[in-house]
Amino acid sequence: MLKKVEEIFFRGLMLLSNLIILFVLGLIIYSIFKKGLSSLSWEMLSQRPHGGYYYGKEGGVLNAIMGSLYLSVGATFMATIIGVPVALFMNVYLVKQKRVLNFIRYLLDLIWGVPSIVYGAFGFSLMIFLGIKTSLLAGIITVTLFILPIMIRACDEILKTSPMGLLETALSLGSTKTETSFRVVLMQSFSGIVTAILLSFGRAIGDAASVLFTAGYTDSIPTSLSEPAATLPLSIFFQLSSPVPEVQNRAYASAAILTIIILIISVSSRALSKKYHKNRI
Amino acid sequence: MDNTKIKVDNLNLYIGKQHILKDINIEIPENKLTVILGPSGCGKTTLLKCMNRLTDLYPDVKINGSIFIDNEDVLHTNTDVTEIRKKMGLLSQRPFPLPMNIYNNVAYGLKISGRRNKKALNSRVENYLKIVSLWDEVKDRLHEPASKLSIGQQQRLCLARGLAVDPEIILADEPTSALDPISSEAIEKKFVELKQQYTIVMVTHILRQARRIADHVIFMYMGEVIEQGPAKEIFENPKMERTKKYLQGAFN
Repeated sequence: MLKKVEEIFFRGLMLLSNLIILFVLGLIIYSIFKKGLSSLSWEMLSQRPHGGYYYGKEGGVLNAIMGSLYLSVGATFMATIIGVPVALFMNVYLVKQKRVLNFIRYLLDLIWGVPSIVYGAFGFSLMIFLGIKTSLLAGIITVTLFILPIMIRACDEILKTSPMGLLETALSLGSTKTETSFRVVLMQSFSGIVTAILLSFGRAIGDAASVLFTAGYTDSIPTSLSEPAATLPLSIFFQLSSPVPEVQNRAYASAAILTIIILIISVSSRALSKKYHKNRI
Repeated sequence: MDNTKIKVDNLNLYIGKQHILKDINIEIPENKLTVILGPSGCGKTTLLKCMNRLTDLYPDVKINGSIFIDNEDVLHTNTDVTEIRKKMGLLSQRPFPLPMNIYNNVAYGLKISGRRNKKALNSRVENYLKIVSLWDEVKDRLHEPASKLSIGQQQRLCLARGLAVDPEIILADEPTSALDPISSEAIEKKFVELKQQYTIVMVTHILRQARRIADHVIFMYMGEVIEQGPAKEIFENPKMERTKKYLQGAFN
């Protein structure tokens, strides 16, 4: 009898926490779209801010949309070509060194927890050291550093689930460790790797603090890596701090745009990864 | 006297402080089917994995002694592991097809050794799938994922894949333990056919299976080799007390 009560109690508790999360998520999306939808227009998407934009005059946030896309695609690309091989190295080459592996994982978890503003400050001092100005390049470097531990650990968690027998099989066929990594282990975990890349992309496009000092902010769309770039999170921040109600509403419209971009990327890459998922053993 | 293909000399293996393999000295004859027999947990699989150095992958493993294959010491640090592994096909307890289609599973080993001629690949894939009697079942769906096959078909595919790289030795670790009786029989039959050309080392704890197909038997118990010799001698006239007991079904 007591067991039954316990069962019902904990099931109720789990249901409740699920509902709370769903409710909060729903509330966020609802408030973004409710406040933002009125300002969301074609003009908002297709134009840069014109004179007086921040006082409620015409123009849009194309600068921030393009800036965010350049920045996060660039940083995600960099983090992928560095992070995926690192995760493969950990799970194919270091598989025997359990202690080393656990230490690396521990370190990565630690730097995962470092707040992004610290990355921003670090990126800033790196810029001074390298002698580069506030620019798209500096932003990409900083955001790459910021998402790298996320990328590596997310890929690592996926690759850890790849069965040991598969590794043994590939090696016993006479493949080198590199061939095993890229042709077998990576293919086995491909859809999971795509999810890891997405997760990193989401962090890259959504972060404001790391780009504040490094990528800067501008009303124009960058045409080279050495120009500063605007980003959606910063554009939300600037618009929201305006005293003009229309500009504040545009902040919510920008937030809606950011949410939609993440949704589009997420859905399309999942469809892409399905193609590789079918070969999974 | 048969030629010795694999010779294990004073092999000791420790995992951490545990002594897993104790003073193993065995000789495995060429082009014969050798069965390593013994109850679960006696170190059979570990011994097999030493032969193609998959033990390299496990943490805290310490090995001393030597394993000679054609007079080359597998365990020597200067030995090219990749080359050694190409000499041996491995069939594991559970089939592990590669995460790709049926065709590429067989062609994988060939492709990584640099053979890319499409026609030659096609004919080799067909040939090896025929050897394991899988061709008729899969010829119309070569480009489907290997994971769609039944587990018995997967194990035969893994055998074809292993044979396609021209090994001299087949290492099989309880290759029928996950299979149904019909698929098991198919694998056993293949082994009997294949032993003309290959040296086969099969690990099993199934006594009846060993009786059916073994030419040479190595009986292991608790990390030690208790007795080894031609199958007939071991089964009909075991010398050691523990072998007798095992054959009568006292363990397990």
